[in-house]
Amino acid sequence: MNSFIDKLLGRDSRSANHAKERMKLVLINDRTDISSRDMENLKDELIAVISRYVEIDSSSVKIQMSHEGREQRLIADIPIAATRRRRVRQ
Amino acid sequence: MAGLVVTVTSGKGGVGKTTAVANLGAALAKQGNKVVCVDADIGLRNLDVVLGLENRIVYDLVDIVEGRCRLRQAMIRDKRMPELYLIPAAQTRDKSAVSPSDMVRVCEELRLEHDWILVDSPAGIERGFRNAIAPADIIVVITNPEIAAVRDADRIIGLIEAEEKGPALLIINRIKPDMVRRGDMLSADDVVELLAVELIGMIPEDQNIITSTNRGMPVTLDGHSKAGQAFTNISMRLQGREVPFMAMDNGDGFFNKLARMIRSGDS
Repeated sequence: MNSFIDKLLGRDSRSANHAKERMKLVLINDRTDISSRDMENLKDELIAVISRYVEIDSSSVKIQMSHEGREQRLIADIPIAATRRRRVRQ
Repeated sequence: MAGLVVTVTSGKGGVGKTTAVANLGAALAKQGNKVVCVDADIGLRNLDVVLGLENRIVYDLVDIVEGRCRLRQAMIRDKRMPELYLIPAAQTRDKSAVSPSDMVRVCEELRLEHDWILVDSPAGIERGFRNAIAPADIIVVITNPEIAAVRDADRIIGLIEAEEKGPALLIINRIKPDMVRRGDMLSADDVVELLAVELIGMIPEDQNIITSTNRGMPVTLDGHSKAGQAFTNISMRLQGREVPFMAMDNGDGFFNKLARMIRSGDS
């Protein structure tokens, strides 16, 4: 009966789905051993270093852990500030 | 002859390592292989009782390592099989009584005269686990479809990779097909997706495991139970044969489906 009510309310009553979603996050954390605070520091330092060479849009920098099979990968998406793009005149 | 060393490990305790070693050992021996099962769980031995050989222990693994007996003297032959032996763990010592290089040395000697050396690892990630994986050619990680066991399996798989002993093979034990069907238990596919390692077997929950363990008789020897068949299939896959994965639930006949429809009516 509970699962019927859950269905009516659009909730997912299947506990296996909860387990799977929770495990995905737990395993990413377990495997990488980088805390969210370290990730924030990493992001700030990356922005600082890269900003010395190019002007970047620091508000939209994204750094995340992606995984393919058992391989973890750090993906940094760093947009370069649009204003600094110069057109070469001919 | 150069036998292969297969270590069965899990991280978490109680997921079925010892049962798996006993049954894979019995299944391999039944198919004509020369098999030795080594209990590496020093201080908490159980492979002897699961195999029903507890009354015949004279020497153990630590006696071999410390030179109190020859290898042969500590090997207990299972009389139900032509060539199945057990090397029991010491019960009154701890994991530090054996080192990884001791395990390598003992297994090197066992390889000479046996096709398969199955090592029953203790739970945990400490010395006992290191001892158990040191001699392994193949590491089988066993888990249950529940979060604590899966998380610990992932940790163990990571350590196996770090030791360059991978890739590990996965057994998912104690699957309850009716719960999976209701969406209340992680399916084998879910677990494989989470752990991202190769699956070598799925074992359904089976009461025959409890009754056969009560008797000290591996379930693979009775020839009827689903779990026994699943272990036999794994033993064939280890030998390089392609065996399709068995369906986890046999309730797919018309009447079972009907019964299920009626039962799900109240949900």
